[in-house]
Amino acid sequence: MCAPEVSGHVMTLETEYGVPTVAVHGAAFARLVDSVVQVNGMPRARRAYVPMPVLTKTPAELRGYVEGDDPVSGRPFMAGVLEALTRPLDADDLRGVEFDRDTPRLLEPDTEENLHRLFRDNAWTDYLPIVLPTEARVAAMLAGTSHAPDEIVGQMRPTGFRELWDFTVEKVAVNAVMAGAEPEYLPVILALASSGMTARQSSTSSMANMVVVNGPIRDEIGMNSGLGALGPYNQANAAIGRAFGLLSQNVQGGSVPGLTYMGAQGNNFAYNSLTFAENEEKSPWEPYHVQHGFGADESTATVFYVWGNVWTEGVRSRWEDKLKAILGGQDPFDGSILVLDPLVARSFYDLGFDRKEKLIDWIHENVRIPAGFWWENFTTRNLMHELAEQGVEPWSTYGSVPPEQLIPMFEPDNIHVVVVGGSSNGQWSSFQGRTLDARFRNAPTDPATISIDRWR
Amino acid sequence: MAKVTVLDPRGYAPKITARGLAPQLDGLDGKTVYLVDVGWENCDVFMHQMQGWLGEHEPRVRTEVVRWRDQHEPDPQLCERIRHDGDAAILGVGL
Repeated sequence: MCAPEVSGHVMTLETEYGVPTVAVHGAAFARLVDSVVQVNGMPRARRAYVPMPVLTKTPAELRGYVEGDDPVSGRPFMAGVLEALTRPLDADDLRGVEFDRDTPRLLEPDTEENLHRLFRDNAWTDYLPIVLPTEARVAAMLAGTSHAPDEIVGQMRPTGFRELWDFTVEKVAVNAVMAGAEPEYLPVILALASSGMTARQSSTSSMANMVVVNGPIRDEIGMNSGLGALGPYNQANAAIGRAFGLLSQNVQGGSVPGLTYMGAQGNNFAYNSLTFAENEEKSPWEPYHVQHGFGADESTATVFYVWGNVWTEGVRSRWEDKLKAILGGQDPFDGSILVLDPLVARSFYDLGFDRKEKLIDWIHENVRIPAGFWWENFTTRNLMHELAEQGVEPWSTYGSVPPEQLIPMFEPDNIHVVVVGGSSNGQWSSFQGRTLDARFRNAPTDPATISIDRWR
Repeated sequence: MAKVTVLDPRGYAPKITARGLAPQLDGLDGKTVYLVDVGWENCDVFMHQMQGWLGEHEPRVRTEVVRWRDQHEPDPQLCERIRHDGDAAILGVGL
């Protein structure tokens, strides 16, 4: 996210304050930066590049970057920086570039074989075969909603400081067909699309999504909340999640490594965005969406961002040590989504956690690490210290205590509990994950739990 | 082989508005350049290394290392200060 933001701030200084400004980026982001400045109308934005990494280098090593060559231009770094500030500009530099990009409704007719190749070569697929979105198939899909095909559903982009793309109900239906969805899944897919939270987030951290569906629609469309719910054993679970991914990459302007996707390793969860239904019937607690203000008879989808998970079995005599060890070993900023088989939920219930909130509060109070270790973490160091410096609590307090003092690993709103599974094994996981930080949503107030019913 | 017609899966891109560069500096002598640390880890160290290099190689350039308040938000106060008191800026590091 940082390289696009640096580009944005530089362009602001140039255009709104009249200050000639050079952006310095890590070399791995060159292609991304080229794209960002182009789609912001300033393809000749002043920029220079240094080798990677920057974060772990000593002052002497960083001095070496300053004294060395720009790995993108091949020329001395500082010479390039100073030249960018002083070289004479031409009319194109001073004018910028304006252009329009059209998206046709229909593609040129072609054979199915050629179309499959076109979709794959244009990076419109997940590199698995898709269902070609013919007019007849899309029309059939649109029967799944009462909303007009040309209604704007929302906006999406791979990361901040990239342009927001609009998309319609029909565009969502096109991608739903491609994913192999049935028309009755469309309200769920539209709800996910309307969140504006992309399932193809560009972050270098390789985040993916988890989607949890609640309410009556689970049974209406045959979703799985029992045996194998997180695996490839149900069409609705599979196709809804796949559609979320495909529509994200296609309506937002792409998800191409080096250009609109920067995940260092990628994430296998992205194939179907870990989509499943909560097992409300077997859970001893209220459903996730009820916990977050919806009625039990309302249908919702919640979008989480996840990185990975730690799996275990059973709630045994040393469950407290187990929870502290698993959650304490995760990264603080990313949160925890506890995904519990109903057997495990019942075990926690029998220990006295008769509400999800009690388990969440216990975790907040008891899973603690030294403050110095908490702040040493890459993401908290780079994303939370600003809040601490601005006096925002509890980060301000966490930033002022001695490094050896134990502080909570997670705040309560960054701990989530979901029940799913078929009770053949008391398994559970802590997924390193959270709802999207409000600072990174299209609007800070955009909800993470979205009504499906409004898209019927 | 028979041909089929399919729909384009892509969304609608916004129109791109042209944005031009600010005029270049007429040389470096006597100029003030702000070195802006955007707040990512070690970027302050990098900016100080740039400052050191400029002090040795371009001693007639005045530099000041400053910090962008929150990399995710505009910083109009800093931008105004740079416009009022400076001639150019270098921001980094985008990672």
